[in-house]
This record gives sequence, C-alpha cells and structure tokens, in this order.
Amino acid sequence: MYKYDQYDHAMVRARVEDFRDQVRRRLAGQMTDDQFKPLRLKNGLYLQLHAYMLRVAIPYGTLNSTQMRKLAHIARTYDRGYGHFTTRQNLQYHWIKLEDAPNILGELAEVEMHAIQTSGESIRNISADHYAGAAADEIMDPRPWAETIRQMTTFMPEFSYLPRKFKIAVIAAEADRAALRWHDFALRIVKNDAGEVGFQVFAGGGMGRTPFIAYEIRPFLPTGQILSYLQAVLRVWNRHARRDNIHKQRMKILVHELGEEEFRRQVEEEFQHFLSLGEDFPQAEYDRIAAYFTPPPFEAGLPEEIDRTDPDFAVWVDQQIAAHKAPGYAIVNISLKPIQGIGGDISADQMDVVADLAERYSFDELRVAHTQNLVLPHVRKADLYAVWQSLRDAGLADANLDLVTDIIACPGLDYCTLANARSIPVAQKIADRFADPERQRDLGELKIKISGCINACGHHHAGHIGILGVDRKGTENYQLLLGGSGDETTSQAKITGPGFDEDGIVDAVERAVERYREVREPGERFLDTYRRVGMEGFKEAIYG
Amino acid sequence: MKILTGNDLKNGRVVWWDGQGWSIHVEDAVDVGDQADAILSREDAACRVNGGYAIDAEPDPSGRGVRPAHIKDRIRAYGPTVRPDLTLKPADPNAGTWVI
Ligand code: SF4
Repeated sequence: MYKYDQYDHAMVRARVEDFRDQVRRRLAGQMTDDQFKPLRLKNGLYLQLHAYMLRVAIPYGTLNSTQMRKLAHIARTYDRGYGHFTTRQNLQYHWIKLEDAPNILGELAEVEMHAIQTSGESIRNISADHYAGAAADEIMDPRPWAETIRQMTTFMPEFSYLPRKFKIAVIAAEADRAALRWHDFALRIVKNDAGEVGFQVFAGGGMGRTPFIAYEIRPFLPTGQILSYLQAVLRVWNRHARRDNIHKQRMKILVHELGEEEFRRQVEEEFQHFLSLGEDFPQAEYDRIAAYFTPPPFEAGLPEEIDRTDPDFAVWVDQQIAAHKAPGYAIVNISLKPIQGIGGDISADQMDVVADLAERYSFDELRVAHTQNLVLPHVRKADLYAVWQSLRDAGLADANLDLVTDIIACPGLDYCTLANARSIPVAQKIADRFADPERQRDLGELKIKISGCINACGHHHAGHIGILGVDRKGTENYQLLLGGSGDETTSQAKITGPGFDEDGIVDAVERAVERYREVREPGERFLDTYRRVGMEGFKEAIYG
Repeated sequence: MKILTGNDLKNGRVVWWDGQGWSIHVEDAVDVGDQADAILSREDAACRVNGGYAIDAEPDPSGRGVRPAHIKDRIRAYGPTVRPDLTLKPADPNAGTWVI
C-alpha cells in the first residue's frame, strides 16, 4: 500500500500543528465559533449530539495492522473504546474532546493517517472496490488510480473550495461493489478493443435529497488524461453551480438541469483546452505511486481444498468468502453486523484482533467496505479455519454477508445532529426479527439500507429495501422504499406509500419479504422478484 | 418553559443552563423566560459553551426536573438509546423509556 514520502509527512504534520494552534486560539477566546467551525471541519471534526465527532479518512478503505492498532489505541485513550465504520469507508469516533483533537491528529500522522477531506466542500475520501488488488474478476488494482487522483487533488485550491462536496469512486471490475453510479464522478477501469487500459467515466450521481444515478459521460478515457478531464468537469460545475442554494449545489443537480448532452459537450470543450496545456501528470509519477501497490508475494502451489468438517465453519465459509485472483487464496469478509449489535461499530479490542489477523494471515492488509464490514483481502485457504476461530472468539464470525441482517444503517438520531429519526434501533429490530440463520439463508441476498434523514448516509435509495427516517410532527416515522441497488444494475428505490412508526416499519419489512418468498421464482433474489413483479404486487402485501 | 442547552466548548459534553452555570444533568435546567439570548451571548463570549440554543420543555411528569419537548434533545440529555452503558444513567434499565 502507499507509503508517505517526506513531503506527505511534512504536509500532514504541518497541518496538525496548524490545527493545534487554531484549537488553542479558540479555547483562549481569540476566535469565534463562526471563525473556528470551518477550520475544525477541514480537519474532520464535527459537533454531534453528545460530543465532538472525528471522522478519520481511510483512503479507498485500505489499512494496515499498524494503522488499525492506532485506531484501537485512539478509541481507548480518547474515546469510549470503540469506533464506527461509515459508508464512505471511513471511521468515526463519537466522543471526542476538542482539547484532545490535535493530539489525536498527531497520533494519526504517526501512522500516515489524517482527517483531511472528510468534511466540507472538497473531494471527499475516494472510495474503491474493497476487494481491490485481490478480486478474481478485476482488470487491475484500481487503488493506484484512486491514490493518484487523491494526490493530484488534495490541497489543490481549485479542488478545495468546490460548490459542494464531491465524491469519487474507482473500480476495475464488471461487478460493482462500490456503488459506483451513486457518485458525483466515477471511474471504471476498462480495456478497449486494442487492449489499452482506460476509464469508463460516469458523472452526476448522488443520493441525498435529490437522488440521481450517474450516467456514462465518456465510454473510454486514456488513463493519462484523467487530471485534464477531472479539471474540465469541475470547471463546468464551478461555472454554473448554484452556490446560492444549498439544495442545488451538488453537481448532480447541474448535470440534470443542463441535460446529459449539454453537460458532456461543455466538459469535452474544456477537456480539449486542458489537454492543450499539457499539464497532465507524467507517467513516471503514476509509476511511482503504482509501485506501492505491487501485489504481495503470493505463494505458488497452495491447496485449494478447505476442510469443512466443522459445520459452523462451513456455513461461514459459504457466506463470507469471495474468490481471490491468486490460486490457494481467499478474500475474507468480516461481518460487523451481529444480531443485537450496532452495524459498523467495532470495539478497540476487536480492532486489535483484526489487526493481528491481517498481520499474520493477510500480508498486513485490511479493507473497510462501504457496507460497514471489514475485509482480509489475501488469506491462504489453508489458514481460513484458524482465522475463523479467532474471529469467532472475538465475536466477529457472523455469517450474514449480503443477507437480510447485513444492514447498512447510519448513526441516525442516536448520534447525528441532522437526523430526524433513529436508524440503529430499527436495524436491530429487523435483524432480531430475521435472526434465524436458516431463514436468512433461505431469503438469500437482500440488502436493507437505513438513513436517519434525507441526507442518505445509510444509502436508502440503493437498498433492495430502503428505509428513510422522517420527523412527523415531532415523532419518528419511517418511509419504506423498494427496488434500489448499488451494484452494476444500479437502480433507485421507490417509496411504497405512507410511512410507519418504529414497530410498524419492522412489520412492513417482514410483509414485503414474505411476499417475495411467496412469489419468487427459482433462483430469484428479492431484487429480481421486485423488478419482475413491480411495486403493486408488494404494496398490496404491505398495506393490505 | 424555555431552557438552554449546548455543548461544552472544551469537551463537547451536552450541558444545560442551571441558573448559574452549565450542568450535565437536564434535571438541573431552569426556565430562562425571555432571557435566553442574553444568557447565550454572554456564555458564548466567555467560551464556555458551543452552539447554545433555547428549547421548549415541560416539567417532568416524575416531578423531578424537566423534559425537553423534542426527542432530539431528550436523546442529548440521556445519551444514545442503543448504548445504555454510555448514558448518564447506565444502571437504570428504564431510563431509555424516558426518551421515547
Ligand atoms: S443520513 Fe442523516 S441522520 Fe444519517 S448520518 Fe447522515 S446526516 Fe445523519
């Protein structure tokens, strides 16, 4: 994975010291909250319901064991012994003291981490396929490009004062595990007929109040022209952006209002201009970055067989393991969705366990999935049983990947100032209702996603079943949506009808799921059945 | 009644105006009548509280203290409903029902 050079270290350390001074001045009364707030947000520090919240960037979801141990240490020393992984592959601490924040950032800098670009009108943490570098189906590891774009754009003024936040994702497989088309700007690495590697480019996606699915803006962009192209896109956005209206600032609104064709035309025009300036980064710079992502030294001749004698282990293998590109290896998904637990939460002790496993069994690598789970990307099949035993002992061996209890839920009204309703208790009640493992497996792939407000951090627009918390005259109410997807067949979920109270939404979900079970055809997932049957067939079951 | 709340500037803890200073217990909150703006601007200038605001509340039916009108402020007063161990009343199994 990428290692900081002297410039990276110097920049991040200087930023920590700047913030230390800003905090000192704020605490000494030399700065008002209005002056200080944008500065703390630029360092990932929010004020939430119970305390300050620090959002730590995990670029494209990749961590090593040293970094994970540092995250555990921070959780223990400065927070309340746990952290929360987010749908942007980041980590949040919910109980931070302002006076501790500079020291925490200093500790993060020691392990090449920071909280820059986790807030504000900037390019947010660039996300990637969490199987990157390991997936059997990828063309190449997409992370060198994610890292290259991160380096090109961090601290570049034109990318630091954007009209609104800007989210980028990069993948390199046909299968979309990163909700690609729900991003402002998204790249899929492809090969053209001549065998050259380039980007299929999508633009104008996003969730939130006004959801849009990104459309393909260019079928093939030579990789070396990405900086020019990105600058062209941002210039068109900057030119027209509605900086006067917070609900219209995201690029998706502009793309929608200008129309696909006109947006594409203007981008192409600017692109030709930027190309003529010859400012794209040199190939040597990409090569320097890519060298950090050289595949680990996989052993040859490893056995493919997995001893499935232990039935609990066999169930876990069937659910949590994905195909690896190297023979004899597997990708291990670690569920952070125990029944009764809080999705995405992990204790400091569990972080240490996962760090140890990564170090011992996965070439020191870990991934955070946008689904709020973790991944050990490179595990020998022969080591799976030992890994499973350690995970089981740490309470991390749930076998529910992509099943009905593998629910994405944002922090909601239990933590978040913007929330209208709680998300986590709803997720817990649904998980409890479907706790029976056999029932879960019988239902198959079923992705439930819950947001506590219209900002959609819980990706409810992309849920096979989506739930949106709203405030109805001071009480929590929940809208039910069906038919969304964040995979390569991206679709936007539709609202079923009137909302429900907390218990009502759990019953409504169960009625929808039971309808699926009644009418599904062999091999159909919930989403397939919904797409075949349509909303009406489900509505009748839900509302009677 | 109107009560004042905010987060302690230094440590971010939820605090309530008790008439002389800021308490972490909502039971201590007092009715500020029409003095909300005056108190908040004084306290903001003194850098004690961050993002202070006035809310509606009513006397708690239990007879002790006050109950904020909006669920968001009751969650602020209590703590996350999904982590009773992290609230101000970790040993009280019924404390969470006060929120809803
Ligand atoms: S969706 Fe709303 S409630 Fe949930 S974390 Fe985002 S802003 Fe907060």
